[in-house]
Amino acid sequence: MSQIYGLTYRGIKAVKGPLVVMRSVPEASYDEVVRVYSEDGREWLGQVLEVTSDSTVIQILGDTEGLDVSSLVKFTGEPLRLPVSMEILGRVFNGSGVPIDGGPPVRAEERRDINGAPINPTMRDYPDEFVETGISAIDGMLSLVRGQKLPIFSESGLPHNHVATQIARQAIVPGKEERFAIVFAAIGLKHDEVLFFRREFEKFGALSRSVLFLNLANDPVIERITTPRVALTAAEYLAFDQGMDVLVILTDMTNYCEALRELSAAREEVPSRKGYPGYMYSDLASIYERAGRIKGRPGSITMMPILTMPGGDLTHPIPDLTGYITEGQIFLDFDLNNRGIYPPINVLPSLSRLMKDGIGRGKTREDHKEVADQMYSAYKEGTRARELVQIIGEAGLSERERTYLEFAKRFETEFVAQGYKERRPIEETLNIAWRIISLLPETELTRISDRTLEKYHPRRKPPTGGE
Amino acid sequence: MQRIVGEGEEETAVGRIIQVKGPVVAADRMRGAKIREIVRVGEEELIGEIVRIRGDVAVIQVYEPTSGMRVGEPVKRTGEPLSAELGPGLLGLVLDGLGRPLKRIAEEAGGPFITRGIEVPTLPRDKVWHFVPKASQGDALTPGDVIGTVMEGAIEHKIMVPPGSAGGRAEYVAPEGDYTVEEVVATLSGPGGREDLKMHHRWPVRIPRPFKEKLDPSELLVTGQRVIDTFFPAVKGGAVAIPGGFGTGKTVTLHQVSKWADADVVVYVGCGERGNEMTDLLHTFPKLVDPKTGRPLMERSVLIANTSNMPVPAREASIFIGVTYAEYFRDMGLHVVLTADSTSRWAEALRELSSRLEEIPSERGFPAYLPDFIASFYERAGRVRVLGSNRDEVGSVAIIGAVSPSGGDFNEPVTQHTMRYVGAFWALDKDLAFKRHFPAINWLRSFSKYLEGLRNWWLSETGQDMMEYRDKAMALLQRASSLEEVARVVGEAALSDENRLVLLAAELIKEGFLVQNAYHEVDTFCPPRKQALMLKVFTEFYDRLRPLVDAGVPMSAIQGMKSLGALRRLKFVPPEEFDSALDEAVSRLEAEASSLMAEVRA
Repeated sequence: MSQIYGLTYRGIKAVKGPLVVMRSVPEASYDEVVRVYSEDGREWLGQVLEVTSDSTVIQILGDTEGLDVSSLVKFTGEPLRLPVSMEILGRVFNGSGVPIDGGPPVRAEERRDINGAPINPTMRDYPDEFVETGISAIDGMLSLVRGQKLPIFSESGLPHNHVATQIARQAIVPGKEERFAIVFAAIGLKHDEVLFFRREFEKFGALSRSVLFLNLANDPVIERITTPRVALTAAEYLAFDQGMDVLVILTDMTNYCEALRELSAAREEVPSRKGYPGYMYSDLASIYERAGRIKGRPGSITMMPILTMPGGDLTHPIPDLTGYITEGQIFLDFDLNNRGIYPPINVLPSLSRLMKDGIGRGKTREDHKEVADQMYSAYKEGTRARELVQIIGEAGLSERERTYLEFAKRFETEFVAQGYKERRPIEETLNIAWRIISLLPETELTRISDRTLEKYHPRRKPPTGGE
Repeated sequence: MQRIVGEGEEETAVGRIIQVKGPVVAADRMRGAKIREIVRVGEEELIGEIVRIRGDVAVIQVYEPTSGMRVGEPVKRTGEPLSAELGPGLLGLVLDGLGRPLKRIAEEAGGPFITRGIEVPTLPRDKVWHFVPKASQGDALTPGDVIGTVMEGAIEHKIMVPPGSAGGRAEYVAPEGDYTVEEVVATLSGPGGREDLKMHHRWPVRIPRPFKEKLDPSELLVTGQRVIDTFFPAVKGGAVAIPGGFGTGKTVTLHQVSKWADADVVVYVGCGERGNEMTDLLHTFPKLVDPKTGRPLMERSVLIANTSNMPVPAREASIFIGVTYAEYFRDMGLHVVLTADSTSRWAEALRELSSRLEEIPSERGFPAYLPDFIASFYERAGRVRVLGSNRDEVGSVAIIGAVSPSGGDFNEPVTQHTMRYVGAFWALDKDLAFKRHFPAINWLRSFSKYLEGLRNWWLSETGQDMMEYRDKAMALLQRASSLEEVARVVGEAALSDENRLVLLAAELIKEGFLVQNAYHEVDTFCPPRKQALMLKVFTEFYDRLRPLVDAGVPMSAIQGMKSLGALRRLKFVPPEEFDSALDEAVSRLEAEASSLMAEVRA
């Protein structure tokens, strides 16, 4: 099926890491896909990086071992494309979109440029549908909306994979029938991690509605560049052509950025911060910005990139540039994890930018925003009291500070902490929040209006069922 | 004029591509091409700009993706630098970074994605405008002189002799009637010959539009945001930077300022930012009603949307396009606010292009000319006496630029260089944002050089000596900040009652005044008079209660005063009910204070 017409040339002058320099060829066009054949019949996929009147520079996807100057280069005349149709559901592909599950090739409805095209900002639909993940820390404090891109900022050793699968398993839009799919891109992941995701998807019966793109740790580094792009091409097809609500998990974006740096170094480009290329922001944007909703079309792409911050450093270029593009972040915390709190979400540096339009009357509950604001500032106050304890001891605290200390503890153990299999409806999340808020004297509740207090404060209203 | 042509130096109108490397393309046979000239690149005629010339080779940065381009494809010269199309129809448009209306792009592309090679003019060609002549046949007209006007929404759009014109005597001025932008509305005959003027003209975006003289800015730009208007004010014609790491509320603050600033025209440049955020703006802007005219705010706005995934060179151009639009409206004698979110993305676009051109990098990979570029942008702000022989009008462009320092570190080059060229600096603070203290403008790190001239403004507009309250409030906040440092070490309980009163007073100013809820119906905009009266009460609070502390009233009793809540909630009171609410809150405070005093004396 890969029978693509094109001319074949000899004339490779140099091979340098993943880059091949060959003589100038009239047919060569910038960004097109080439196939390189060695005399012993091996084949590589590559992409044209630069064309000039005396040379053509090609970047090989994959390992260049065995490639030599006598190899032949065939120009296909088109950029890297992914064949798409509904047949991709339930299938497993490598990072360039070739099936690796032993199944037949996909009968393509269309073959799409994996780079996509920017969505016209006037054609976007603003994401404002609340997604209930059943995780209190997220639903209550960092609400996710459909069409949002909300990354998980994590570190090696933290349970980000569990958080991601729990979200994939539990997420629903309350009161809405949906056609949902998962597109999963493993970028430089270890084999056991991939196995974990597959097993979990299988357990909750999502495998037939998933498309997996796998670039494992021992797969070619260069293919990490194409993995998220082919995955998003598949997601765009499912969302905007087939009207499905697609959750895209990209993990681990740190590996992606490392690959970008490696490639940039091989091209001898001028590096920017920490050796990452100066165009990393634009490059990441070309991936993250493919999330969203489109006017007049039913589907959506909700994106959850996972990245492990090198050294837990939030100011490292990878989380830093990501944070500037994505609509918030879910921050996992080593300290919470060490204290046995799952999910170890530290809400203080976390944020959901689209929360304001996805919550409130008719969406979650009218008191949601005020409750979240109050919890947030009280928890902040509590963590400050905790720092103070380390300096002056608990005995030195004022009454007020002691109350906040208790608040912070119960916030973590009762509100944030929950089971991997536990699914809390938003109503329950908000009720737990009120239970903890009522620890504080009413004069401290400056973020909550009298009307809301009257209606929802447990001490003011008769307790209703359950609690 | 005689032209000297050397051997093999004949000018050519069409060159040939010899190299394609991402957005950078080189072409030969380009003799005669000028730096910054716009060219059409390749078979698809993509828009490009010449950035470097050596011999007959021109290096071009292309504003659209170059995939599929080959060596040998043609490059056509246009002879014109990157220019903005100016005229009636501009207001209300949503444009991309090159000034193409995004709605038209969607029509041409036939779908939600932006495909390349689309060519659409900025201004609608079929729309007719009702032209009322202001000049007569025989008038001597020079650049800036008004030929006539058309009404565009509530704005009187002046059709002026463009600054590039040689001027001359009007041979013809169109009679009152309906015209499209393509029709001739005046013919001048001058030293340079005859010149037909239409309602629209083009202006090179990188060249500032001329004016008679620059004036001192002395008029407050009312934004209705308390921390800004009172503490770090902007002025009409001023330049402001608003730096902050992600999540510190930069965009919300900018949106607020764009929505509420008392300007005639708002130009918003979304430069390399999030698509969904841009959509939010595109959804909310048309719904906003101008408090002054009762008409949609969109009618007096121009929005430029170059999201982060749109081509990088267009991002670099978008800022200049935006400021050219702003200057055009300024030249009509209007007050314009230009907000740019974010100038860091623009600087990064510059870095990206510089690195593709293999220029030697300076600080953090930015090109050495970064400060010049930043200066050339902010220097286009100003309050000016506009061009025109018969006009004595003043117009202004205020520039408010967001800066997104990498890692939230203000020592990076873009923030540092920007600081040098702006008159006000609204430093957003992560800690405040963590506390959900919005707008998260740090009162200890921000500055405004415009305070000086504004005392009289406040006195005449509100009858209050706002600068005095401001100074008092600042002193209190500063004292509170050093006391907080102490409290962090020894605990609040260890402070003296007098010190704790300072903390309480400062806390009242923070919660009751500085914190402002952009999404609250009333709180989202606070008129200057309300700001002044609120701050007056808050700064008097300390003096009012000091005698209680001295008399031995315990701090816990003061902290428990019921009237504190009413003071804190003053900001939510609509302006028409404000005076009575204020009186009530103050008398409750005084009543409570005297009863506490009586208790301790008894």
